[in-house]
Amino acid sequence: MNVEAAKYIGAGLATMGMIGAGAGLGILFGNYLQAAIRNPSAAGQERIWLFLGMALTESMGIFALVVALLLKYT
Amino acid sequence: MPAIEPMHQFLIHKLVGLPPVMLGGHAYDLSITNSVAMMLFAALVICALLGSASKGAIVPGRIQSLGESLFDLIDGTLVTPIIGHNGKPYIPFVFTIFMLVLVMNMMGVLLAFGHVGGQDWTFTPTAQLAVTATLAVLTFVSVLVIGFVKNGLGMYKLFWPSGMPLGMKFVMAPIEMISFFVRPLTLSMRLFGNMLGGHVVMNIFASFVVALGLVGLSGGLATLGLLGSAASLAMVIALTVLELVVAGLQAFVFAALATVYLNEVVNLGHGH
Repeated sequence: MNVEAAKYIGAGLATMGMIGAGAGLGILFGNYLQAAIRNPSAAGQERIWLFLGMALTESMGIFALVVALLLKYT
Repeated sequence: MPAIEPMHQFLIHKLVGLPPVMLGGHAYDLSITNSVAMMLFAALVICALLGSASKGAIVPGRIQSLGESLFDLIDGTLVTPIIGHNGKPYIPFVFTIFMLVLVMNMMGVLLAFGHVGGQDWTFTPTAQLAVTATLAVLTFVSVLVIGFVKNGLGMYKLFWPSGMPLGMKFVMAPIEMISFFVRPLTLSMRLFGNMLGGHVVMNIFASFVVALGLVGLSGGLATLGLLGSAASLAMVIALTVLELVVAGLQAFVFAALATVYLNEVVNLGHGH
């Protein structure tokens, strides 16, 4: 197998890190929705933490994207 | 069949060529590219919007209501609840970054002029890593400078977690340090990745509309391709709505993270 092909396969494999980010986002929004339906009056003021959690969870997926881009373009 | 080139929309090309500027032995090309033009246009839109919104009428009109609700989004739901009353001086900084990112994100979705006059006019400045990295480094350096000015060398307490056994502190301090210094990377890559990914997906589905439609026109069993073409068109419309949501949300997330990072150094050692 030549190096170029291995790089492309590696870049494709690196995107699997997004599985974790997707599961994390699902857990995050699912739990927020569950809590918000149980106690709607408290939901509004906790929405900032929802978005911050979303940003931090997404950054794990972004690391996978960085690795994929690094493999493809370096 | 037209070639599918989803990355073509992110190419930078010169609109007005300027002679390179020599500075310290290096030649810097300061030509007006499509990226620069869109950023200037974004600045113009922001100035026009906020300029006409700041009339200060007692009964606000449409534009003024828009400007006030945008400002209240940053002041009322972000900076004041997170930083507290010490946060007032940082509202202009966070608001400026929020507006710039918001308008640049929105322009990529709304100003879909396409290919006119031999040039591509649809361009998202925030889908360029150079732009988002500049904003992220600006935020990071501001946090560092504000932290050292306000706390002096006490700034290093940021890496020294409280409320855990001494042995754990030695384990956690390097982790805290890494997570601090990786912030500009995640901040820039988040915005860049979201904008790039969304536009590439939209472009690919849009190319399916044309490609499957051409297959469908050839008759026979291939007529079913028209169904796929229609489904792709519906998908493009749905993705456009999703992109609008993502454009606003990512601008908000960028501002929220900038606020949280500022909060850590402004209220260092004493949670408000």
